[in-house]
Amino acid sequence: MEFKQWQGFKCGDWQKEINVRDFIQHNYTPYEGDSSFLEGATDKTLKLWDKVLKLYEKEKNSPGGVLDIDTKTVAGVDAFEAGYIDKNLEEIVGFQTDSPLKRAIMPYGGIRIVEKAVAACEKTLDSKIEEIFHKYRKTHNEGVFDIYTPDIRAARSAHLLTGLPDGYGRGRIIGDYRRITLYGVDALIEEKKEELEILNVDEFSEDVVRSREEIAEQIKSLNELKAMALKYGFDISVPASNAKEAVQWLYFGYLASVKSQDGAAMSLGRTSTFLDIYIERDLQNGTLTEKQAQEIIDHFVMKLRMVRFLRTPEYNELFSGDPVWVTESIGGMGIDGRTLVTKNSFRVLHTLENLGPAPEPNLTVLWSTRLPEGFKRYTTGLSIKTSSIQYETDDVMRFSLGDDYGIACCVSPMKIGKQMQFFGARANLAKTLLYAINGGRDELSGKQITPEFTPITSEYLNYDEVIAKLDVMMDYVAKIYIKALNGIHYMHDKYCYESLAMALHDKDVIRTMACGIAGLSVVADSLSAIKYAKVKVIRDKTGLATDFEVEGDFPKYGNDDDRVDQIAVNIVKRFIKKLRKHPTYRNSKHTLSILTITSNVVYGKSTGNTPDGRKSGEPFGPGANPLHGRDTNGALAVMNTIAKLPFDSAEDGISYTFSITPNTLGKEEEQRISNLVSMLDGFFAQTGHHINVNVFDRSLLQDAMKHPEKYPQLTIRVSGYAVNFTKLTKEQQLDVINRTIHEKI
Amino acid sequence: MEENLVANIHSFETFGTVDGPGIRFIFFMQGCALRCKYCHNRDTWRRNGGKKLSVDELIEKILKYKNYISPNGGVTASGGEPLLQAPFLIELFKQLKKEGIHTCIDTSGMFAITDEIKELLSLTDLVLLDIKHIDDNKCKDLVGVSNKLELEFAKYLSDNGNKMWIRQVLVPGYTDDEEDLLRLKEFLSTLKTVEKVELLPYHNMGKYKWSDLGVEYDLENVKPATQEDVDRAKKILGI
Repeated sequence: MEFKQWQGFKCGDWQKEINVRDFIQHNYTPYEGDSSFLEGATDKTLKLWDKVLKLYEKEKNSPGGVLDIDTKTVAGVDAFEAGYIDKNLEEIVGFQTDSPLKRAIMPYGGIRIVEKAVAACEKTLDSKIEEIFHKYRKTHNEGVFDIYTPDIRAARSAHLLTGLPDGYGRGRIIGDYRRITLYGVDALIEEKKEELEILNVDEFSEDVVRSREEIAEQIKSLNELKAMALKYGFDISVPASNAKEAVQWLYFGYLASVKSQDGAAMSLGRTSTFLDIYIERDLQNGTLTEKQAQEIIDHFVMKLRMVRFLRTPEYNELFSGDPVWVTESIGGMGIDGRTLVTKNSFRVLHTLENLGPAPEPNLTVLWSTRLPEGFKRYTTGLSIKTSSIQYETDDVMRFSLGDDYGIACCVSPMKIGKQMQFFGARANLAKTLLYAINGGRDELSGKQITPEFTPITSEYLNYDEVIAKLDVMMDYVAKIYIKALNGIHYMHDKYCYESLAMALHDKDVIRTMACGIAGLSVVADSLSAIKYAKVKVIRDKTGLATDFEVEGDFPKYGNDDDRVDQIAVNIVKRFIKKLRKHPTYRNSKHTLSILTITSNVVYGKSTGNTPDGRKSGEPFGPGANPLHGRDTNGALAVMNTIAKLPFDSAEDGISYTFSITPNTLGKEEEQRISNLVSMLDGFFAQTGHHINVNVFDRSLLQDAMKHPEKYPQLTIRVSGYAVNFTKLTKEQQLDVINRTIHEKI
Repeated sequence: MEENLVANIHSFETFGTVDGPGIRFIFFMQGCALRCKYCHNRDTWRRNGGKKLSVDELIEKILKYKNYISPNGGVTASGGEPLLQAPFLIELFKQLKKEGIHTCIDTSGMFAITDEIKELLSLTDLVLLDIKHIDDNKCKDLVGVSNKLELEFAKYLSDNGNKMWIRQVLVPGYTDDEEDLLRLKEFLSTLKTVEKVELLPYHNMGKYKWSDLGVEYDLENVKPATQEDVDRAKKILGI
C-alpha cells in the first residue's frame, strides 16, 4: 500500500498489512512532562458546548428524558441524513440520526423492547415497522425465546441468572476505528475481499458458510460507512491526511457502530496515542497549533458525550443515567519499556476541565507503577476534582494482552481488532448459596427453580455440609448459565450481527464467553459466618429457610483477613472451573468478571435474607466491594482484600469502587495528589485490577439529592462506569450515599 | 530476650495522611503518663489495655502495606505515649530500617534523654513533637506535668540533627493567649531542625470516650477551635 497521506510517517510492516500497533510503535512520541502545555477551551468550543447544555436541558424535560425519537426509520449505518447542532461551530461532525440527541430505533435486538421504550416516551411506533418486525423479520429476542428451555426460563425469572443480553444488544465489541483513519475504507474492503478468498474452499462447512456470510455483511457495512460520511461531505475511502481528518475519520467509524447497534456497552478503544501521531505531525509542520489540537479533541469528546440509545424503563432501573460506556483507554506502557502516554493522553483527560465533568466518555487510565510522574499527578488531580476517571492495571494486563488492548464497557480487556467477547451478564451467587441450603427452592417464592436437591435440614448450618451442597448447586448454575449464553450468542450472531464493528477486526478473532458473578462478598461473609460463628436457620412451615440468626462474630470480607478473603478467592476459582467444564458457542474462551455495575441494588432486591445477616432486599456490594459497613479496617485493608482476587480466574475484570473524602486524602491539594498516586501505585503493586476513584463529601451528595438543579454535571463513579448523580434513581442514590466513604475526623 | 518484646497496641490506622509525610501506617500504643484535659484518646491512658503484639507480628502487619507506604510514606508510632515502650520501638524500627521504611514517632517528648531514647532517636526519621504549652505553670494545669523535659527534648533533637514537626493543640482559653504564642514562636526560632509547625484545632469529638469510662471531662464548656481561631494563632506564630 502507498498513500500520499502517509507522508512524514516512519515505514514499517503497517504499510504492508493492516497493523495499527506497528504504526503506533514506529511513529508515536512518548511524553514524560507535565500538564503545563495544555490549552483552555476556545470561544468556538464554549459556544458549542453552551448549545449542547441547552439541548441537555431540553432533553431532561422531555417525556422519559428523551428529546425525540425517529419512530419511522429503522436504524442503520446509512439510514439518516446528516445532522448538526451548528455547522459553523462544529469541528467534528456526525450524529446517530439527522438531529442531535434524537434517538433511533433498533428493532433487530427485539421489537417488543422498542415498543415499550417508545411508549415510555409517550410516542407511537410506526405501524409499518411493527408489522415488519412482528410478521416478517425475526429478531434476536424472538430467536432466544424460541430455544430457551424451562430450566433457563425458571433461573431467569427467579433472578438466579440476571441481566442476560437476551432482550437487548450485547455490545462490548470494540471496532478498531483507527484502521479507517490510517488506511481509508477502500483498503479495508480490499482486505475483507481477500479474507473471503481465503474462505473460498471446497469443504463448505457450517463454519465456513457462516464466516463467508459475515464477511459479506462486513463489506456491505463498510460501503454504507463511506456513503454515510459522504453525506457529511467527506470521502473516507482514502486515509486521513491531517489531524482533524484523523479524528473525523475515526469518529465516523465509531458513529457508524452506534448508528447500527445499541449494545449495552459501545466502547471506543484505545485511540488517543494513535491520534497524537497525526496531531504531532501537524504541529511539527506548523499547520496546527496546540489550541486548535485541543479544540478538535474537545469537539470530538462533545460528540461522544451525545451518543444516545433508546432504553426501556426496566433497563434504566438496572443501569441508570443513560450509560453508553464510550470507554477510552488511556496511557499504559509499551512492551519495549517506553510509556504509551502522549500529549494527547493529557488532551483527552483535559476535556474534563474544558467542558466540565461528565460520565462519558468513560475515561479509563491504564495504570502502571512506571507511568511518568507528570501524567500520574495530572490524572489523579483530575480524579480529586471530578470523580470521573477509572484506573485499571496495565502491569497485569500487558502481561497477557500485549500493549494494544483496550477496555470494553467497564473492566473487560481485549486486544483491539483481534478479540471480541460474548457478553454474559452475571449469575447471582448469593442466591445460589440460598438454593444450596434450600435444595433449589427459591427463598422468596418457595418455588422449585432447579431440579430437587436435598435441602439442609439441621438447625445450625454446618460449614462442610454447606460447602458440599454449594458445590453441587454451583455445578448446576454453571451448566445452565453456559447453556443460556450459547443460545443467546448464536441468536445474536444470526439476527443482530455487528457487521460494522466486526469489519474493523481481523478475520480470525479470539472470542471470550464473558460470564460474571454478583454477590461475591455476601457469599464470602455468609460462609465465614457459618465457619467462624454459629448460624441458626429459621424455616417457614414448608421447611423453607427464610432467615438466619448469627450468633457470635466472624471475619468479614474487606478487612484484609485471610480467613474470609481466601473463601472469596476459592469461590471465584471454583466457579470459573465449573464454567470451563461446558463447551461454548464458537469455542469461545470462558472468562469471568466480578462486576455488577449499578445492578447490585436490583440483585439485592430479589435476594432473600442471607446467612451473613444481610436482610432480604438489601443491596449487594457493587462488583468486588465488601458489603456496606462491613469493612472496618480502612481503605487499604479493603484494597488488599480485593487485590487477592485472582485475575487469572477473573480475566474479564474485577471491579472495585472506592470513595474517600478530600480531607482524608490529605490536608492540601499537592499532598492529596501525592497520596492518591501512592495509593494507586500500592493497589496495583498488590495486583489489584480495577478501581473507581471518587473524592467527595457525603454532604455534597445529600445536597445534590435535595437540589439536583444545582448539580447538572455532578459526576461520580459507580461500579465500572461514571454517572451523572442526579440521573440515578432514588434507591441508587441512597445506595451510593450509604456506601462506605472512607473518612476520618 | 529481644525477640520476645511485646507491646500493648490500642489500634491501627492503615491510611494515615496527616501524621507524617505520605501515606502512614499508624499504630496507637497503649499508656500515657500525661493527663491532658483535651485528650481525644482517653482510652489509651492505661498502660496495660489494648492488644498485645510482638515486634514480628507488628512487622508482618506493616509489611502488608509496604506497597502503599513506600517510598513516600512510612510508619508512625502514636498513642498514648509511644516512648513509654521505647525498647519495643527500638527493635521494631531496626527492622523497618532494614526494609527501607520511613519511621516517625508522635510524642510529647516528656522524657529525659537516656541512652535508650538516644538509640531510638537514631532510628527515627521524623519526630512529631507535641509541645503542650510554652508556659510551665499553664502546662502543669493543662496536662498535669511541667514542660521542662519536653523543651529540653526539643533542644536535643535540634542539636542532634533530628528532623521534627512541631505541633500544638489550639484550645480556646488555654493555649491561644497571644503572649504565650509569641513565646512559643521565640522558642521555636532557636531550633534548627523544625520542618513544619502545625496547630491542631481542639475538638470535642473524643469527649464520649471520657463518659464511656465514667470520668469527668474538664473542658465541658470549651468550644472547639474555629478556623478563625486557627488563622489568628497562625498569624501570631508567623506560619
